[in-house]
Amino acid sequence: MSARWSVRALLVAIGIAVLGLFPLVFSNPTTTSIAEFTLIFMVAASAWNMFSGSSGYIALGHAVYFGCGAYALALLANHLGFAAGWGVFALVPVAGIVAGLIAIPTGLIALRARRHTFVVITIAFMFIFQLAASNLAFTGGTSGLQPPTPLWSVKAYNDNFYYVTAVVLVVTVTLAWLVRRSRFGLQLLAIRDDEERARGLGVRVARIKLTAYVLSAIPVGMVGGIYAYFLGQIFPQFAFDPLFDLSIALMAFIGGLGTLAGPLLGALVLEALQQYFTVQYGASQAYLIIYGALFLAVVLLLPRGVIPSAQELIERWRVRASAPGSEPEEPGRAGDVVKTAGVR
Amino acid sequence: MNASSLAKAVVDGILTGGVYALMAAGLTLIFGVMDIINIAQGALIVLGAYMSYVLSVHLGIDLFLGLFITIPAFFALGVFIEWAFMRRLHERDRTAMSILVTYAVAIIIEGVLSVIFGVDYLQLHASYTDSTFHVFGFYLPYIYVFGFLLAVALLGALYWILYRTHFGRGVRGSLQNRIAAELIGVNVNRVRAVSVGIGVAVTAAGGMLFGATNAFNPSSGYDLISRLLSIVILAGLGSIGGALVAALFMVTLEDVVAVVWSPVWATLVYYASLIVVLSFRPGGLFGKAAVRAQ
Amino acid sequence: MSALIEATGVCKSFGGLQALSDCSLSVTEGQIAGLIGPNGSGKTTLFNVMTGYERCNQGEIRLRGEPISRATPERVFALGVGRTFQITRLFFRLTVLENMLVATQRHEGWIRSAVRRAGSVAERGRALELLEFVGLDRLAHSPAGILSYGQRKLLELASLLVADPEVLLLDEPTAGVNPTLINQLTERIRELNRAGKTFLVVEHNMEFVMGLCQQVTVLHQGRTLVTGTPEEVRANPAVLDAYLGGADDDDL
Repeated sequence: MSARWSVRALLVAIGIAVLGLFPLVFSNPTTTSIAEFTLIFMVAASAWNMFSGSSGYIALGHAVYFGCGAYALALLANHLGFAAGWGVFALVPVAGIVAGLIAIPTGLIALRARRHTFVVITIAFMFIFQLAASNLAFTGGTSGLQPPTPLWSVKAYNDNFYYVTAVVLVVTVTLAWLVRRSRFGLQLLAIRDDEERARGLGVRVARIKLTAYVLSAIPVGMVGGIYAYFLGQIFPQFAFDPLFDLSIALMAFIGGLGTLAGPLLGALVLEALQQYFTVQYGASQAYLIIYGALFLAVVLLLPRGVIPSAQELIERWRVRASAPGSEPEEPGRAGDVVKTAGVR
Repeated sequence: MNASSLAKAVVDGILTGGVYALMAAGLTLIFGVMDIINIAQGALIVLGAYMSYVLSVHLGIDLFLGLFITIPAFFALGVFIEWAFMRRLHERDRTAMSILVTYAVAIIIEGVLSVIFGVDYLQLHASYTDSTFHVFGFYLPYIYVFGFLLAVALLGALYWILYRTHFGRGVRGSLQNRIAAELIGVNVNRVRAVSVGIGVAVTAAGGMLFGATNAFNPSSGYDLISRLLSIVILAGLGSIGGALVAALFMVTLEDVVAVVWSPVWATLVYYASLIVVLSFRPGGLFGKAAVRAQ
Repeated sequence: MSALIEATGVCKSFGGLQALSDCSLSVTEGQIAGLIGPNGSGKTTLFNVMTGYERCNQGEIRLRGEPISRATPERVFALGVGRTFQITRLFFRLTVLENMLVATQRHEGWIRSAVRRAGSVAERGRALELLEFVGLDRLAHSPAGILSYGQRKLLELASLLVADPEVLLLDEPTAGVNPTLINQLTERIRELNRAGKTFLVVEHNMEFVMGLCQQVTVLHQGRTLVTGTPEEVRANPAVLDAYLGGADDDDL
C-alpha cells in the first residue's frame, strides 16, 4: 500500500513540475495561449466534478457562475478604476466569491428538485442569466464589457496568465482532494448511491448538497474572471454558453466522473481536440458533430470514463499477481474492482 | 398598449401555443413512457424545418403536403433513436444519462445542419404564408390559423390513438405505472418504440410550422428546447393534458408580456414561471413525478 | 418503565388509499417488541411515519415523550432511532468499511467534517469492532456490492450501530435469510438488547418473533388489532381471522 502512495506522490510531483516548466519549454505564444485555455477548462471541469461527479446530480448550468465571475471582474476592474496589470488579478478571488454567493440562491432552488428536474433548472438558470446579461444596461447589453488590458509583451502576457491560472488549478485540485477524503466527501458519495438511505443515517443531505454546489461554483467563477481578463472582452453568449456546460461535463465524463485526475485528462484531450479543429477547419461548426459523437461514444460505451476503465485494467493485471480484497485506490470506486476481481 | 393589441396578443398566443402544445405533448409522452428527457426535441424541430425547406424549395412540394413525407420519416427516426440510443441506457441513472445522450444527439444534428446548410437564417415560404384573414378587425395570418388547425388535428389523432385503441391503452398504462403494465403483458418494447416515434413525429409538423412563422438556423434549437422544457416541467413531466394547458398559457403569457412590458423580457417569463412554480411544487403542477413521489 | 418510542392514533392516507387508521403502538425501554400482520397491513408505512420518511395525517409519534412527528429522517437518526429497510439498502459503490463511516457521528463539527480524513483512528477502530461483531471484518475493504444477501443485512444493521442508537427499527430482518444466519441475527439482537438497546421488529417469521419478542403488536388493514405477549397474541381468535382471511400467509 505504501508503494502505491509513493507512486501517486511521484505522479503529482511530475505533474506539478510539468505545469511549472511548460511555458519555459514551449514558449511559443500560440502554444501557451492554448495551454491557458486548457488550464481554465481543467479548473472548471475539476470544480464541476467536485459536485456533480460525487453527488450524481448532473448540473448543466455552471456557465452561470463562469459568466458571473467574468462580469464581476470586468465590472469591478472598470468601476474601481483598476489599472491594467498585476493588480487586476487580485479581483480573481473576488470573482470566485461573487459566483459562490450567486450559487447560494440558485443552488437552493435547483436542489429542491429531484435529479432530472434539477438538470433542467440549472439549464433554465443559464438562459435566464444570458438573457439578463444581454438586456441589462450595467452589463453592457449585447456589446458586453471590456476589462482593462495589460500592456505586456505577447509572451509575457500569456505566461503571466498561465501562472496565475496554474495556481488556481493547484488550489482547486487540492480542495477537491481534501473533500474527497473527508467524511463530507464520503457522504456526498453516499447521497449518489442512495440519498434516502443516507438521510436515515443522519446525513444532512440538503446542507451537504448545497455546500458542495457552492464550493464547485467558486473556482468556476474565478476562471471566469481570468477568462474575461485574458480576452479583454466578454459577450453574453460567450460568458453564458451552453456549450461550456456540455464541455466540462464531457471532460469529466471522459476522464472519469468522481476521480481527481479524470477532469484534468478530459480537459486536456478535449481542448487539444477543439484547438486542432479550429486550426484545421477554421471556425466551422463541424466540431459540434465530433463533440456530440464523442460524447455519445463515451456515455454509451465507456460510462465510467477513461481513468476508471484504465484502473480496472490495471487492477485486473494486479489481481492476477496477488490475492483479491486489497484496499481500493479511491473511495467510492470500489465497485470497479468487483468486476475485475471476479468476486461476486 | 390598448385592448385591441392585448386581444391580438392573446389570439396570437393561443394560435402559436397550439403548435407548442403539440411539440410539448411529444416531449412529455417520451418522458412518461421512457423516463427519458429528450433534449434533442428542439434540434429535431429545426431538422423538421430544414426537411420542409428542402422539400418545398428543391422539390417544389407544398409545405403541408410535404408533411405526408416528413411525419412518417420522423416517426421512423424516432423509432431508430429509441432503438440505437435509449435502449442502452441502464435503468439506474437513466434519466440523467438520457439528458446527456440526447443533448449530444442535439448538437450532432446542429453540426450536421450547419455543415450542410450553413448558418444563415432561412424561412419557409408558400403562397399563403404571407396572406392574412381579416376577422373581427384582426389580421390573422393564414399560416397561423392553418398551423393551429393542424396542431389541433394532430393532437386529436394523438388522443384517438391513446384513448381509443388497444395499443393506446398500453401506452397509458405505461404512463401511469410502467412496472404494472409490464406485468399485465403490455408489449413494452413496442410501446416504447412507438411512443418515441410519435414523440418525434410531431416535431416534423412542429418544425414546418415553426419554420413558416420564424426565421431559423441550426442554432434555433436551444431556444426551442428551453421553452419546451419549461412548459413540460412546469406542467409536470408525464402529464400530456397538463402540457397542453401549460403550453397555451405560457405562450399566451409571453405574447401578452411582450405587448404590455417589453419583448425583450417576455422570454424571461418562461424561466421565471418555471422557477416560481417549482419552488412551491417541485413535481410540477400536474406532474406524474408529483404523484409518484408516494 | 416508560415508553421509549410510541405511536398514538396515527392515520395516514395516500390519495384514496387509507394505509393507517388510528394506529397505536408503544415500546418500552429495553424491550424487544414485534410488529406483525398480513401483507399490506401497513407495517412498513408505520415504520416510515415513525422515522420521518412519511408524515402522518393525524396522530403523534413520540420519543421519550417528545414529539417527533414532524422530524426529518436525519433528525430522527440524530435523536437515536435507527432503521433498516425491507429491501436491504446499502451504498453499493462504497466499501464495507466506508459504509460504516457514513453515519454522522453525533458530535462532529461542520467544518472539520469537511476537511478531516473520513473516519478518525478511533472511528475506524470502532467500525472494525462492529464489523467483527457481525462477522464481516475480513471484508472491510471489499465493495459492498459483493456481499451475499445475508451479509448485506448484517452490514445494514452494523452501519446503524456505529452511531450508537437507542432504538432500532428492523424491517423484516430475516426475510430471505438462511436458518444459520437467522440464529446469528437473533443472538446479536439479544446481545445488543442486553447492552440496553430497544428493538421494534417487523417480521413474517413467526418462530423468530415469538421466540425473541417480549411484546407483539398485530396490525390489520392499517389498524392495531391487539397488543400483548406472544402467547396472548397467538391464542387470540381475531388474529387468526385476520391472517386466514387475508391474502396469503402460511407461516402461522
